[in-house]
Amino acid sequence: MTKPLPNSLRNLPDQHGRFGDFGGRFVAETLMPLILELETAYGKARNDPEFFDEFQYYLKHYVGRPSPLWLAERLTRKLGGAKVYFKRDELNHTGAHKINNCIGQILLAKRMGKSRIIAETGAGQHGVATATVAALFGLPCVIYMGSVDVERQQPNVFRMKLLGADVRPVSSGAATLKDAMNEALRDWVTNVHDTFYIIGTAAGPHPYPAMVRDFQSVIGTEAREQIIAAEGRLPDIAIAAVGGGSNAIGLFHPFLDDPVHLIGVEAAGHGLDSGQHAASLSRGRPGVLHGNKTYLLQDADGQIMEAHSISAGLDYPGIGPEHAYLHDIGRVQYVAVTDNQALEAFQLCCRTEGIIPALEPSHALAHVIKIAPELSDNKVILMNMCGRGDKDIFTVAKYLGEKL
Amino acid sequence: MSRIAATFARLKQEGRAGLIPFVEAFDPDRATSLALLTGMADHGADIIEIGMPFTDPMADGPSIQRAGRRALRAGATVAGILGLVREFRATYDAVPLVLMGYLNPILSYGADRFAVDAAAAGVDGIIIVDMPPEESDFLIPSLMRNKIDLIRLVAPTTNDARLPSVLKNCSGFVYYVSITGITGTRTASAEELARDIPRIRAVTNLPIAVGFGVRSPGQAAVVARYADAAVVASALIDRMAEGLNQAGHAPQSTINAVLADVSALASGVRKARL
Repeated sequence: MTKPLPNSLRNLPDQHGRFGDFGGRFVAETLMPLILELETAYGKARNDPEFFDEFQYYLKHYVGRPSPLWLAERLTRKLGGAKVYFKRDELNHTGAHKINNCIGQILLAKRMGKSRIIAETGAGQHGVATATVAALFGLPCVIYMGSVDVERQQPNVFRMKLLGADVRPVSSGAATLKDAMNEALRDWVTNVHDTFYIIGTAAGPHPYPAMVRDFQSVIGTEAREQIIAAEGRLPDIAIAAVGGGSNAIGLFHPFLDDPVHLIGVEAAGHGLDSGQHAASLSRGRPGVLHGNKTYLLQDADGQIMEAHSISAGLDYPGIGPEHAYLHDIGRVQYVAVTDNQALEAFQLCCRTEGIIPALEPSHALAHVIKIAPELSDNKVILMNMCGRGDKDIFTVAKYLGEKL
Repeated sequence: MSRIAATFARLKQEGRAGLIPFVEAFDPDRATSLALLTGMADHGADIIEIGMPFTDPMADGPSIQRAGRRALRAGATVAGILGLVREFRATYDAVPLVLMGYLNPILSYGADRFAVDAAAAGVDGIIIVDMPPEESDFLIPSLMRNKIDLIRLVAPTTNDARLPSVLKNCSGFVYYVSITGITGTRTASAEELARDIPRIRAVTNLPIAVGFGVRSPGQAAVVARYADAAVVASALIDRMAEGLNQAGHAPQSTINAVLADVSALASGVRKARL
């Protein structure tokens, strides 16, 4: 007799790309056959040890994995409560977790015989990571970026150009990340035969949310082993910032069946009740955008609203469908942190740990700063330091009233 | 018989293809849309397609994107668009109306409530761009109950293996997206249509309309040789957009210019098979 498998939260999505009611593949018919082709190709690659070995090879020798687990001792002492560890994905090549996913997707693109790469980017981190892997594999690459973001992220625009990418400013809509994604989808629908679309977050039509999660799960898999080696046990809390949610799902997924309290931190911008935030779980409701059903910031008539966050990487009116599901079933707690709280955490991290964090993980850190002092010193918090802050110094300088 | 079926039956009798002009609802305001709907019905439109604006129209080119933004600024809502349909229906009973839009505003309105209210307003069919067959089961029963045709998109990428599942539950007509791309850009050639349309005919008896990139009376005539109807959208929107005044409104002369285009397109499709 076979015993039924335990009910794992790690088996999703189902065959329709659903995480409970969320996810799916809401795309125009022109793209539907491509999505299905991608699903088949990814399904094969996923079960192919050769693909896995290749992925691991690039992660180790090109990205620089495994990334270290760092006990933030001075911060821990300063907060006077739980022990705080950083999973240091900011030390990856290109400075953030985004490259993990880009390596995986470009290897898949190569397998599928695609000869042209496109991507969307907000802050430019995913754009830089995509331009990087496109250069590495010698493929032409077009990056769509909202013209507002092009203006406020000039250094990353220049990086992408140095890497050989064709950066195309998008001026439709609000000219930010969601509009860049619309434009990338328009490009894909036009160039269906040779183009591979590297989506940067764990959202979009199936199989993207699952695929991006799988590639990013290297974060949680490593961190789980490292924390057990360091502490002899699992952490009490694992915490990460959530925009689309790729770094968070990458950290959380290997812990989903463990007795670990998981916390996702959304961007509350100027405040959850200010109307200027990016907290789609805290203040949005379910709907369909960019190929998936998920929580969205939308008005009473189902029109998508603009998100706001000081962190361009969290500045998106939706969230990956797996997070929507984990939120609804209560497996992950989602909280929100304002621009100001994130900026304070940013500065504290610089001075106590000698690490200039990106504004995205500064949101997670702000929540750590809030909860660690309330916990006893035998508790362990694991936080994903998913990016470094070099890209953010201009934004922070402006906030501090300094001219660079 | 539904208005759409009756229209295609009449077209068959007349031995010609139909013209389906497009109006983005509330672009640039409600009054203009109503004037265009009634004017098109008087100037040779066989069916009228009404665009429902959405903030993120992923399948649309620049013309319809801009039209959608103007319409949203003018206060377009799902309820408002159904009100527009109701007002048109008060005087025009025969011309079928097909709504085309994206799923989220419909979900937000409530799928069942939408089907009931749309039917009551006088809507005959619906095209939902980002709702492929794989994701449409939830909506089909209420559309059927309310006798609204679900018009499916077929694309050049829809292969033969996939066609039957796409056409299952499709009614009214099939909308052939004649190019891989966004609306209002490239035009499919006669050779492409001669190759693609029979592929669809082989698996369905439904009429086939061709859209995406049909702009001129000449192009409409080419489409009319192979298909049962031609959809023209971006070219008409462009005509109106270039005639908007400083306040962003469409003067009568601009509405007349759009309607003159509709007349020319109508005679284009009428001459095609003579």
